[in-house]
Parts: sequence; C-alpha cells; structure tokens
Amino acid sequence: MNAITVNNIVKKYGTKKEEVKALDDISFDVKQGELFGIIGPDGAGKTSLFRILTTLLLADSGTATVDGLDVIKDFKQIRNRVGYMPGKFSLYQDLSVEENLEFFATIFNTSIEENYNLIKEIYIQIEPFKKRRAGKLSGGMKQKLALCCALIHKPSVLFLDEPTTGVDAVSRKEFWDMLESLKQQGITILVSTPYMDEAALCNRVALIQSGKIMIIDTPNNIVSAFKGQLWAVRSASMYRLLNDLKNYSNTLSCNSFGEFHHLLLKHNDVGEKDILDFLHQQQHTNIELKKTQPNIEDCFMQLMD
Amino acid sequence: MNEIVIEAKDLSKLFGDFTAVNKISFQVKKGEIFGFLGANGAGKTTAMRMLCGLSIPSSGNATVAGFDVYRQTEHIKQNIGYMSQKFSLYEDLTVKENIRFYAGIYGMNKVAIKEKMNSLLEQLKMSEEQNNLVKSLPLGWKQKLAFSVAILHEPKIVFLDEPTGGVDPVTRREFWNLIYEAAEKGITIFVTTHYMDEAEYCNRVSIMVDGVIEALDTPSNLKKSFNAASMDDVFLQLARGAKRLAD
Amino acid sequence: MKQFFIFVKKEFFHIFRDRKSLLIIFLIPILQIILFGFALTNEIKNSNIAVLDNSKDETTLSIIQKLNASRYFKVYANLKTQADIETVFKSGKVRMVVVFPPNFKQSLLQSNKAQIQLLADASDPNTATTITQYATNIINDFQQEMNGQSKIPYQVQPQIRMLYNPQLKGAYNFVPGVMTMILILIAAMMTSVAIVREKEINTMEVILVSPLKPILFIVSKAIPYIFLSLVNLLTILIVSVTILDVPINGNIFLLMVESLLFIITSVSLGLLISNFTKTQQEAQMFSLMSLLLPTLLLGGFMFPIESMPWPLQVVSNIVPSKWFYIIVKDVMIKGLGFSQIWKETLVLVGMSLVLLFISFKKFKIRLS
Repeated sequence: MNAITVNNIVKKYGTKKEEVKALDDISFDVKQGELFGIIGPDGAGKTSLFRILTTLLLADSGTATVDGLDVIKDFKQIRNRVGYMPGKFSLYQDLSVEENLEFFATIFNTSIEENYNLIKEIYIQIEPFKKRRAGKLSGGMKQKLALCCALIHKPSVLFLDEPTTGVDAVSRKEFWDMLESLKQQGITILVSTPYMDEAALCNRVALIQSGKIMIIDTPNNIVSAFKGQLWAVRSASMYRLLNDLKNYSNTLSCNSFGEFHHLLLKHNDVGEKDILDFLHQQQHTNIELKKTQPNIEDCFMQLMD
Repeated sequence: MNEIVIEAKDLSKLFGDFTAVNKISFQVKKGEIFGFLGANGAGKTTAMRMLCGLSIPSSGNATVAGFDVYRQTEHIKQNIGYMSQKFSLYEDLTVKENIRFYAGIYGMNKVAIKEKMNSLLEQLKMSEEQNNLVKSLPLGWKQKLAFSVAILHEPKIVFLDEPTGGVDPVTRREFWNLIYEAAEKGITIFVTTHYMDEAEYCNRVSIMVDGVIEALDTPSNLKKSFNAASMDDVFLQLARGAKRLAD
Repeated sequence: MKQFFIFVKKEFFHIFRDRKSLLIIFLIPILQIILFGFALTNEIKNSNIAVLDNSKDETTLSIIQKLNASRYFKVYANLKTQADIETVFKSGKVRMVVVFPPNFKQSLLQSNKAQIQLLADASDPNTATTITQYATNIINDFQQEMNGQSKIPYQVQPQIRMLYNPQLKGAYNFVPGVMTMILILIAAMMTSVAIVREKEINTMEVILVSPLKPILFIVSKAIPYIFLSLVNLLTILIVSVTILDVPINGNIFLLMVESLLFIITSVSLGLLISNFTKTQQEAQMFSLMSLLLPTLLLGGFMFPIESMPWPLQVVSNIVPSKWFYIIVKDVMIKGLGFSQIWKETLVLVGMSLVLLFISFKKFKIRLS
C-alpha cells in the first residue's frame, strides 16, 4: 500500500470572474518510507497540496489517501496519526522549548519519554536551551524544535511544508541530514521546498509550477531525461557573454548559473570549436568552455518552457 | 567609474549590551554590484538599516552617496532606492497607481513620471496589466515591478533585501538582468541574498558572521582563498563557525 | 507638497477598497446619530406606575387621570392592598407607586391639606429622581388648577420616599452596570481573542491535525477566562461593598451563581465571534461593536429601556446584558430571591444553550 496517493486533485480560489487554479489535476504516489520532495517556487501550489493531504482543506475535485485512509471521509483518523509542520513554524512563542514539546506530546496522547529515541538526535542540539522561550530562538533552533514537535508521537507519515525557507544555509544542511536519518527509521516524509538544490537529497521529487506537476522521478532520472547537451561557459565579462550567447544563432537557451552560464544549442552537430570561434569573434577573453551535466534547476527551467 | 558611493569605517550598532554590528569597514564603488551576505542573525539587516538612514549607528562612520549617516539621513533617503522581499508594493493599488505613488514620493514631476511609466511598462511587458491590482500579479512580476519602481527616480544606490526569495528560476534570472542593466547605467546595487549562485553575479561579496565582516573580495578570489569549489562552500565554511546560530 | 498629496490620495484608495473599513466609517456614525437623536434618552416616557388609591373619590381619580394622561406615565396597575406595593416593586414592572390615603377629598376640604405618597424604586437613582420630579410637577399643576377655582389655597403635598436606595447613591446603579460590562467584555472579548490568536500564529493548523477534539479545544480556551471573570467579579464586589458602601441585600451565593451563568453566556458569545473573525484585531473590534455598544446603550443602566421606541425595546431583549443587569439589581440592591428572577435566569440559560450550540456547529475544523 502506498503511504500517500493523490488522484486528479483540483483546487481553485477566487470568484468565478477571477478564478485561480492553485492545483490543476495533480496526481502522484508516495511509497512507504520514501523521502519525497515537492519542488517549486512560491505560488506553485505546494501549501494548498499539503493542506489537502493533511485534511485541512477540501479539494474541488479528485481524491487522495494517506496511509490508505481517505482525506475527506477518514480525516479524523488521519489527524490522529500524521505529523505536520506548516510553514513559518507554528510554535508558541511565549512557551519554552520544553513546554512546547510537552504540549504537543500530550495533545497526541503520548509523552516526551515514550518516543524520545526518535527525536533524540535533533533534541540534543536544542536541549541546552530547553528553558528558553521559543520566541527567543534563532531560525535554525525553531526549525529543530518544530520538527521535534511534529515527530514526538511517532507519526507514520510526516508532512513538512517549506521547513527550510527563511533559515540560514548551515541549518538548512543540518535539517536535511536529520531527515535522512529519520528516513532510516521508516517514516514516510513528504517535504516541499523552493530550493532546487535540495531536490537532490530526496528519493524522488515532483517538480511543480503554477499548479501543475511537470515531472515525477528520482533526481538522477530527471537529470538523465534532460534533452540535449549542456555546455558551461565563462569569460572575463559575464554579463556581455550572456547577451552575446543569447544572440548567437545556434543558441536554444542560455541561462546564468552563478560561476558559469549554461548553454543549450539548437543542434548537436555544433561543437566546441564553433562556440569558441564565436566567442573569440565577440572578443571574449579568459574563456572556459566545457560540457557539463545539468542540475535540477536546469531541468526545471527546460520543463517550464 | 572609480567614485566611491558607500564608505563605512568601524561602523557599529549596539542594542543594550548586545553588539549586533561590530566595527565593519568597507567601500563600494559606483556601478558595482555588491553582495552583502551573511547568515540570519549575523547583523546584515541592522547594517543595511544604518546605511539606508533608518537607524543611527552607535559608533563609527559611514557616508552613503556622499551623505553622512548620522546627520544627513533625509538626504540619503532621497538618493537611494529600497526593495525587500517582505514588502514592496501596495497590493490593493493597481500597477499604475503604485508607479505614480512612488514617483510622487520621490518628487518626480508629471512629465517625467509619464515618460518613465510608459518605458517601464514596456520594458517589463506589463502595458496590458497596468490597471490591474498588484495582488493579482504572479509573484515574479511583482518583484520585477518592485525593483523597477525602486529605481524609478534613478537613485545613485539601490538597496535590495533578498529580492528573489521564493521566485521561480526563470523570473529570478530576468530579475538579475534588470539588475545588470541598472548597474550598466551607473546605479550601484547593494544586494543581500540566500541564493549562493547569485553571489557569483556580484562584482564583490562581503560575508558577515556574528556582526563582523569575515570576508570581502571578488567571488573568484574568495573561492581561491578558501579552497572552495563554489560560493556555497565558502559560505558554509564561514557560517559553520558562527556562534550566533547556536543561540 | 506633491509628496503629501500623493500620499493622501493613496490613503483614500486604501479606504475605499476595503469594504469593512467603509462600513465602519459610514454606517456607525449614522447609526449613532439615529440612536442618540431619536431613541436613547434620559427622559421619561410612558413609564409604568402603580396606584394604591385608598380613597377612590373624585379628586384622587382626577389626579390619577392627569398622571395617566401625561406622556410620562402610564398606570400599569391599580393596587388593592399595602402588601401589593412590595409585590409590584419586586416584579420590576413599575418604577413608582402613588399612594393616596383614605378620605383624600375630605382632608382637602376640611383642612385644605392632603398628602400623596410617591414611592420610587431608587435602585436607579437618576431615573427615580426624574420620575418623582415629574410626578411632583403634575401634582403641583393639579394644585394650581384647583386653587384657580377657589379663594382658599389648597395644598396637595407629595411625600417622596426612595426605596432600596434612600440616599440615592449613584453607585447602586452603576455598580451593577459596571459588573455587567466588565464580565461581558472580559469573558467574551478575551475568549474570542484567545481563540483567534491561534489562527494568527498558525498553531491552529497543527492543533487541528491532531487527536484533540474540537470541543475540548473550545472548553480549554473558555475555562481560564471563566475563572478570571469570577475573580474579577469578586474584586468588584469587595470594592463596592467596602469602599462604595453598596450593599448586597440578597443572597451572595445566588448572586455568584447567576454571575457564573452570565459569564458562560458571555463566553459563548466570544466563541461565536471567534468563528467568524480571522485576526485578533478583528475579534477585538467586533467584540467591542457587538457587545460593548449594545450593553452600554441597550442594557438599561444608562438609558431607561421603557423610554425607547418599541423597536429598540424589542432589540434590547436579545442583549444578554439587559437580563443580567436586572438580575444583579434585583439580587444585590433589592434583595430579591430566585422566585423573582427565575424568568430572567431562564432567558440567560436559553441564550447560553443556543449560543453554545451554534458555536460548536460553526466551529471550523478545516481552513477555508
């Protein structure tokens, strides 16, 4: 049995005149024990999807199940057993770390001691501050605490809606390390994030944009499915290089990717020499040109077109 | 274009006995794209506020666009633009009304406003949507519009506080195109971001840790000195040692 | 200068595009003018009085008729015995009883003097003063008319007795009023804000996706405020009794139980409000508008309800504060027992049940 199934979910907002389709016929499955990522920018529909799966929102059409239970009919049972961490960490700012954890444990008819082994690795990092009010914690600490509160009752499925947004880079990395070890305990985890690089850390991902899923697969397969050969180019003047390449007759697309620009050509028979010739013509210096593997962001952008 | 538009010397800000910004010093040249990076809580926002004339420093000196941050904050505000992820435009006003409002605030006259508005709408391809409420625009469009509005009055410097947060990858790059164009026109860009690939687009980058600037150089020099493959690596190396993260 | 104007222009845009603020800006003043201009007044109109006529002669009947004909009074009942006076006051249906001694006309003819007793319910001292004043004026008028027709001056002397509050202390009126106001404000507004706060800080989402039953959630929100309101109540009572010299003539235990009932009614109102508001600010504003204002204006302790036009009198019946105010006055000031206030109690019980029922039904178990 799949941990999560989603079938043709549609969710609309707004009046008949100005209707917005937050989710447009979404379907996917998540296997037991999988770490599944929903990757997409703001407005893609991530939060709506999470709210529907945690039974907080009713879809306009379509069905979904969590642990085999229907999100509409069996919502009470689902609410008893999933863990949910909505965006912007819903913690009680004026309660301490300890008090927050105790509260959520009790709400779920358990205690901190009962499932302590599950949260131990994470809790140890914030334990020195256990008497501090949640409002006075840094973003990274809040994130860890919120995760503990969502885990304390040993849920079968964990829903994390943008847990790394607004948090510093170091904490982000640590968070994903924690997710990986949680996965080893057999918990199914559905995570959403706007950061494309985090996709690589999931078992499988769904790339979502404007309410539609563009592809569902393992990160490696998505990268393999990329159409065409990607080139990485750099020169002494990157901005000019970008414009020149965009105007190059052989270019299909050229996008900045930090250190290098990623170049996709129209035809595969155009080779390194042709590109170099063009660049020399445009009087670029310090040219570095090499073939490269695409990353998830490259794939996302190609699929957006 | 070697004119210095921002100069800070031992700039500090204390809140009670907490030192948010601890004697930072740096210079920014005209037309430069200057990346101002740091982890949450490192003191970035506080530092930016001082430079924008929104907060008086506790000690040290700084001039922005030639004006002193202690005594000439009003002059500073008239010569800079500002845009942040959290707020930029009024959602319940239309595109046109927002443009007109900000233009008016910056003291532009009617002729200039009309001219700028038309060229802006064309450049962003929003001419058809000019009478739509901003809240109906997709996020990426809002951010691009907000940036254009921030430089409407052609300020010397524009401060951008995480302007591309949560935006889709295509729009992000379109946004940076706008930044490049503005820099070409001589507008200095002072930008903070969490996307490390965007750090590469900057001429120089400074990284704040625990209130202090721990590194300041071009991206390529930084990668060499830290023996790092990417700016992400550089950042992680520096931020890992931060005490404020654990607090 | 241009900056100033463009900012002002923007502010107008914001106001006109926000329907809720438009409502507040335009509707409320109009409502207030209408209410205060036409309906809410301290004047006496059609105030019910009772008459105990021990004489039943032409003179007494003329005086009674004159009282009745005036727009200030309406004779509600003709009492038969002395004992009826206490009963009619306890029923709360009249504010004044006019008592004529036996052989009224004869006294006048024989000794040119006669007395009329005006007994007023002074638990609301201001109204009592006004009413007795008006009655005195009418009786003086009558006296003038009589004297106009004869050479010997007659004297009809009204004797005023203020019941329940002989010293006409304002505190007797405003303490019950303040109690009502404080309880409904604390219990209702604070409860609604407490629930809405969870929506604002996003913890509501997490709590909904948990085994916690909604009914437990609601009750646990209400309990602290019920408790705090009782503490508040005790404080007010202690201060009133010790410093303001307001008596508790009736059974304290009864008073506490009735107050608890009213607190529960208020909390139910707060629960209902929390179902329809999204931010704490909205909850506060809504509570103030829908609770405080009706309590002040239609509760009966600032403006006598019987002087209002009948549509407002009807509306005042759905304001819980009105009923509680009567209960407090009756128990605290008049020293009445449960047998006199069972009707008002029943009304509050009914209101509580209805409000609780609606609140539970309307509690959103999902986000919209």
